[in-house]
Amino acid sequence: MSRESIRRVVLGTAGLVIFLVFWKFADVFGWVQRGTIPDPFAVPGAAVSEWKSDRLLPAIGSSLVHYFWGLSIGTVLGCLIGAAAATSRWFDDIHRYLARILRPIPPLAWVVFAIAWFQVSHAGAAFVISIGVFWVNYFATYSAVRNVDPRYYELAQAFGQGGYVARSWKVTWPASSPGIMAGIRTGVGQAWMTLIAAELLGVPGMGQEMNSAAGVGAYEAVVVYMLAISVVYTLSDVVFGLAENWVLRWRPSLN
Amino acid sequence: MAPVLELIDIAYRYPGAGKRVIDSLSLAIAPREFVAVAGGSGVGKSTILRIAAGLITPHAGRVSVEVARQSGRRRRALVFQDGRLMPWRTVRDNVALGLEGLEIDAAEAKSRIEGVLGITGLTGLADRWPYQLSGGQLQRVGIARALAVRPDILLMDEPFSSVDAITRHRLQAELVRIWQTTATAVMFVTHDIEEAVYLADRVIVLGGEPARIVMEEPVPVPREERGDPRSLYAFAAEVAAMLEN
Repeated sequence: MSRESIRRVVLGTAGLVIFLVFWKFADVFGWVQRGTIPDPFAVPGAAVSEWKSDRLLPAIGSSLVHYFWGLSIGTVLGCLIGAAAATSRWFDDIHRYLARILRPIPPLAWVVFAIAWFQVSHAGAAFVISIGVFWVNYFATYSAVRNVDPRYYELAQAFGQGGYVARSWKVTWPASSPGIMAGIRTGVGQAWMTLIAAELLGVPGMGQEMNSAAGVGAYEAVVVYMLAISVVYTLSDVVFGLAENWVLRWRPSLN
Repeated sequence: MAPVLELIDIAYRYPGAGKRVIDSLSLAIAPREFVAVAGGSGVGKSTILRIAAGLITPHAGRVSVEVARQSGRRRRALVFQDGRLMPWRTVRDNVALGLEGLEIDAAEAKSRIEGVLGITGLTGLADRWPYQLSGGQLQRVGIARALAVRPDILLMDEPFSSVDAITRHRLQAELVRIWQTTATAVMFVTHDIEEAVYLADRVIVLGGEPARIVMEEPVPVPREERGDPRSLYAFAAEVAAMLEN
């Protein structure tokens, strides 16, 4: 281990310890109203009890189901429609005003219709998540495709690959993949944000467990779910990062 | 012998510009002939090459590609000034680009790719990414990619203008050797007079506005004698004089 990495580990750990001490003192010295702040040292115990009472894993599993479907649907539609808008003048014009009007509506505003159409269900949560993810990918893909260097299209044409399908597969997608991948990665994060908010409204998952734990003042359990979210997000981001490095292995900056 | 490629009374103006950059320009290239098209910058050399390649349509005149279309081949192949490899493809897959969609089986495609990589001295680099190559290697891949489709004419757009002088001389000598081992004709656009007279059977000089042919002459020095650069001085001076007018 180099000097630099030792320094990083030591300082990083120190930062965590300082944060925990402040947190504990906030409780001990009554800096905030008694009973509204969880005891950091009771969190591990709460985690064990959530685990043993069979709530933690099913909640994570349920959240992952919404996450998977919401993220997948939003990503695929966002990339496809973004690419269509960037490559077809007709499509760009016909959807322009509609996109302008719909874009500013926050995903959570759709919860009302999610409940009306899908009731309180996995599908409803996935629907709300997919909306936020959709816009992230729509804009990322649109600008990535728009910025493809036209010289590659000339190259494709010079070697008999000038048709729409050949151009799309051999130039447009690979050339815009760095921008698209960046959009997908942002969507991976965005989906978590919307997910928990959607679940706070009653769909089973970590958000709902947090809400019900808070209702009985079990704030340590709330922290357990917050940490679970952090862990699952970090894992999905790491996995995605590996996939991204593989897809973009042709770029010098990533090697 | 009937030409492989003929430009007949070509006229062209850039989109939005009023004046023609090229007007009533005609030239023909015979099978296996090496023709250099020289001219100052901005004279429209690259535009003429792109018209010859069928990438842009002239406003008047026509491009006639006389040779018959043959299965498994493309009649024209372009080598770009900037190499222009797809950075997301390995060297091997870049070379394969023009073969995609041709009626050849996988074994034939593979042997052709290995063949052109061998001719261009790239065999050991087949699995590299473009960012791992030097400027000279990039240009070799561009040439290999063009040769893989077994073209009747190779259209080259100042392919060696961005590499250092030593690499340029080596690539020029290699190009002559490659051209001699394949059956292709070459139309080589350049602003470098030494390069034009060293490489070509015949030199065409463009000048004026709109561009027209101000000189069209076979290089009077046999290839065996061109190793000594002094052999080409007199003809190069003649070309230079035409370029300056």
